[in-house]
Amino acid sequence: MRGRLSLKLLAALVFRMAADNSLLLGLVEEFVSGQVDSKATETASGVKTGQFTILQLVEALGLSLTSSQPHTRGRGVQLLSQVLQECYSCLSEREVEVLITFYENRLKDHYVITPHVLQGLKALTKCSVLPPGSAVSILRSIFQDVHVQSLMLAERSCVYNILISLMESREEELKGLGADFTFGFVQSVDGERDPRNLLLAFQVARNIIHRGYDLGKFVEELFEVTSCYFPIDFSPPPNDPHGITQEDLILSLRNVLTGTSRFAEFLLPLIIEKLDSDVQSAKVDSLQTLAACGLTYSHKELAEFLPGLWSAIRREVFQTASERVESAGLSALAALTSSLSRSVLSSDSEDSLQVFLNLVLKDCQHHLCEPDLKLVWPSTKLLQAAAGASYRASLIVSAAVIPALLEQYNNRTQCAQRRTLLEVLQGFVQPSPLSRPADGVESVLVAFQQSLCSVVFSALAESSAGLQVTATRVLTALGQQPCLLAQTDVEKAVDHLTRLILEEEDTQVSLAVVECSGSLAHLHPKAFISRMIPRLKEEILSECNAAVRLRCVTAVASVSSQLSVVQESTPVLLQVLASAHTGSCSFSVEEVSAVCISLQRIAAHARDTEEIGRFFHSNIIPRLLGLALQAALQSGDSGHSSPLTDEAVLSALVPVISTACAALQSESASRMAAQAVSLFLDGDVSFLPENAFPSQIQLLQSQAESRGPSQLVCLLMACVCSLPRSVDIPEIDRLLVQLEDLICTCSHLFSYTFAAKCFAGLVNKRPAGEALDAVLERVLKRISVELENGSSSQRTQAFTLLLWVAKALLLRYHPLSTALTDKLFALLSDPELGSQAADGFCVLMSDSPDVLNRSCHADVRIMYRQRFFAENSSKLVEGFNSAEQEKKSCYLKALSHIVNNLPREVQLSELPALLPLLLEALSCPDREVQFSTLSCMQPVLLEPPEALRNQLEALFSRMLALTSSPHMKVRIASIRCVHALSRLPEHVVLPFRARVLKALAVCLDDRKRLVRNEAVAARGQWFLLGSPGGR
Amino acid sequence: MAGGTRLENANPLIFQRSGERLLTVTDEDDDVADPIDDREIFDLIRSINDPEHPLSLEELNVVEQMRVNVSDEESTVSVEFTPTIPHCSMATLIGLSIKVKLLRSLPDRFKIDVHITPGTHASEDAVNKQLADKERVAAALENSQLLEVVNQCLYTKSM
Repeated sequence: MRGRLSLKLLAALVFRMAADNSLLLGLVEEFVSGQVDSKATETASGVKTGQFTILQLVEALGLSLTSSQPHTRGRGVQLLSQVLQECYSCLSEREVEVLITFYENRLKDHYVITPHVLQGLKALTKCSVLPPGSAVSILRSIFQDVHVQSLMLAERSCVYNILISLMESREEELKGLGADFTFGFVQSVDGERDPRNLLLAFQVARNIIHRGYDLGKFVEELFEVTSCYFPIDFSPPPNDPHGITQEDLILSLRNVLTGTSRFAEFLLPLIIEKLDSDVQSAKVDSLQTLAACGLTYSHKELAEFLPGLWSAIRREVFQTASERVESAGLSALAALTSSLSRSVLSSDSEDSLQVFLNLVLKDCQHHLCEPDLKLVWPSTKLLQAAAGASYRASLIVSAAVIPALLEQYNNRTQCAQRRTLLEVLQGFVQPSPLSRPADGVESVLVAFQQSLCSVVFSALAESSAGLQVTATRVLTALGQQPCLLAQTDVEKAVDHLTRLILEEEDTQVSLAVVECSGSLAHLHPKAFISRMIPRLKEEILSECNAAVRLRCVTAVASVSSQLSVVQESTPVLLQVLASAHTGSCSFSVEEVSAVCISLQRIAAHARDTEEIGRFFHSNIIPRLLGLALQAALQSGDSGHSSPLTDEAVLSALVPVISTACAALQSESASRMAAQAVSLFLDGDVSFLPENAFPSQIQLLQSQAESRGPSQLVCLLMACVCSLPRSVDIPEIDRLLVQLEDLICTCSHLFSYTFAAKCFAGLVNKRPAGEALDAVLERVLKRISVELENGSSSQRTQAFTLLLWVAKALLLRYHPLSTALTDKLFALLSDPELGSQAADGFCVLMSDSPDVLNRSCHADVRIMYRQRFFAENSSKLVEGFNSAEQEKKSCYLKALSHIVNNLPREVQLSELPALLPLLLEALSCPDREVQFSTLSCMQPVLLEPPEALRNQLEALFSRMLALTSSPHMKVRIASIRCVHALSRLPEHVVLPFRARVLKALAVCLDDRKRLVRNEAVAARGQWFLLGSPGGR
Repeated sequence: MAGGTRLENANPLIFQRSGERLLTVTDEDDDVADPIDDREIFDLIRSINDPEHPLSLEELNVVEQMRVNVSDEESTVSVEFTPTIPHCSMATLIGLSIKVKLLRSLPDRFKIDVHITPGTHASEDAVNKQLADKERVAAALENSQLLEVVNQCLYTKSM
């Protein structure tokens, strides 16, 4: 009858009874006897609103709590606990104390009551006013009176939650329990099986270990109850209702096991044992756990087990076919090595790191002397993992390995062997972040500097491409570390690189050489200025073969990352343009374009170095504009036609100027804008060099001939549309009027398209306001007039302007953009412009490379594509449904352009709605529509949404039909889609297997090899489907 | 592979892989027909995985381009392969993998002949005979354990 006694205590707390408590009594009655669960919430809200107090509730519960029926008592406690769960925060310390005493007593009561008691205790432990000492007493009662593992899942979870919340709030008190707490936990968790509870239990265990609770003599017990789950093998139930993954469990258990070095003597043998397992995930888990131990363990814990651990790691790395096992093994070795490197040496014992590395070297080093055999690579990786763990480890390993490798290299004569040796060497030359020497400490390689350099130079002089490529990588690695290349070595290296650029025809080698030159030139610009650039210049300007010239031009660009080099290299490229223009030296259009691409790559460095931007503004851009202007003005004269009037070359010049302008800072940017505008509006040529231009140049007038000055409008665009948004363009209104006139009167596609882009670029950046509204109103009117006049010859021009202005406004979410895009939708059914309008949607949705993109500082709002799609997809579908049969293809084309440019996630979520239309597009005879639909569907098919599953029949029959299309691109794209479909769940696609295999068999005999390759890959995957070992 | 098992040839010689076939202009020209040539056949089989090592048949020099002969007009293919050691117990399995790969990847019209490079294996004749016998190849592929190993050799990760 202890229960009754504690109840009296409770009742004693009630000093004053509310006059009217019949409501409360009614609620209690309905809950306890009437079994109406919802009354608990009502009671709780009554307590929360202050209608009645907890004490009144206890009073009202009186009869049920003292009932002789355990179920009635249970019901009573349940109501109290449920109310407490909602209201624990409004209790006073005294109330909590009494309630705890009550609950502790109830733990001894009938077992049907226990679950509700635990719920109540859980709520009470969350109270901030928990009286001192009560945490300990709650735990003592639970450990004493409850056998946790015979409780149900939810109650066990309740116990763990009580532990967790008490550990959060009452750490000091619990520590007062000493090792009893650990023991109590070990007893309650022993035998737990549910993954949800295990996560909680591991959390408690981790807290015990990490927060310094006393383990006493229960170290092994605590290890036993947790390590029995290692390695974790858990596959979540279908549909994954709790969202617990194997990875979650693995990580939280690993945190426990590796948390204290006191577990070492138990854990390390366990790891060695589990590494012998046949299950790959067990091996990976063991190796990763070992790697985690490296952080907490020191030599003391590891010493005894090192030989066993090493031989297990070695065995795994030598024998495995799995990259995961290999990389886990290597990280484990690195962790062990770095732990040993940290250990403090005592004067009498031997250096444990040295001893361990000797073991590693003994087993691995001899394999390095057999460069033809398989084990050379696993051995290299092991040694490099060990060497990369610390500076001291890299010293020990390098001292042993590098002389041996150098000797081997010099003794071997076969290129393949030398290449392998050099590749191995490369790994040792590249320092890892951990093994990098501290400031002021020499690199471990200084002792071998001479011989390393001579090996690299001898390899560069060999004729084997692979050897040369590897040598350039070693050279790059040497160059990036201080003191490894002496001045004379740098010069020698530059000479070798120059020679290779001029002579070596293998593309891989020249790529590697150019890359290496780029990285060395950044650190040693002088040697490149004095030795490489003059040689390349000579070669570029002399009559030589085109391939050599191209390599030289590329190399010039890649070494120009420092201002000093840029000042020497850009004049060379400009000289090429000048002589191409005058015709003194013959350069093809491709070569001139390549020079422009190189200039653009150099201009890109202006982003990091302001001086380079200023140099471009003051020197390069005026020269380029001057050359282009001269060429355009001369083009009327007969005879030599300058490549600088070629549209391809002009298009290549655009990014040079716009890249440089985009990087200009405020002052030079404003000057640039003023210069460009006065040149194009007023013919002011004063800032151009070699001022020999006629006065009265009119650049924005449309001319009859195609190569006239009006096409220079692309350079105007490059100058003014990429400047920062803060720069004011002078006379912008006059400029816009002139551009508009040029567009509407010019018949030259290149000129009016760039004029429209320029117009759009300016409109996009113009601040909102009346000025902008006026411009837009005027231009829209003009566009409408031109478009509505069916006989007008300028409809295409008006359409082009419409398209680009629509894009400019769409990007910045301008309210007028909808009106403009609606016009574009309407044009889809236009007999003349329909197909152009369809392709226009590609312009609208994709990033344009030369204007209206973020690197041009355009006003581009995030997710404008999604927004456009969300607002307009229904218009497209409606338009498609109401269009005449022969015009439907324009709608499909527009759709596939829009969908193709949407981000993957949006495609996936929108696909179900669009699927019927896309399937329609697949059977549309237009091959562009077929191709773009297929290439838009292929990535979606890799992770197909549910909606697709119902359409498989239609999908397969259309895709398979397209595999015999007369167009190679369509055949390839459709086979790729069929390939992607093989990744759907087996039971879904297995019914199609025979049909697919038969259809693809035809493609195996395709006349195009590229189609056959795709067919082989796809058919191979489909054969594996549903076959043993296949998936 | 279990920790305890030892490989028959734990440290074999390895050879360099040849690069991807270079694309030519004619490859992308829709109007030109490309005949099936030696290199194309070699590309089909060079990436087959070795049953024991994480290496391809090309890296172990089991297959070489010079030992591949194809005639597109006559619809015949002949492939010789060289086991890494004369007593290699995997020879039949390797041969079978090559044969299956070619059967799956070539049009029906081809007659496919796979055999061991003369003088490189102890039981050369027996293996060749097995590989040439259609019935026995078909029967081998009925065996699900054997098919599983073959499929693993033919499995490619890429996509």
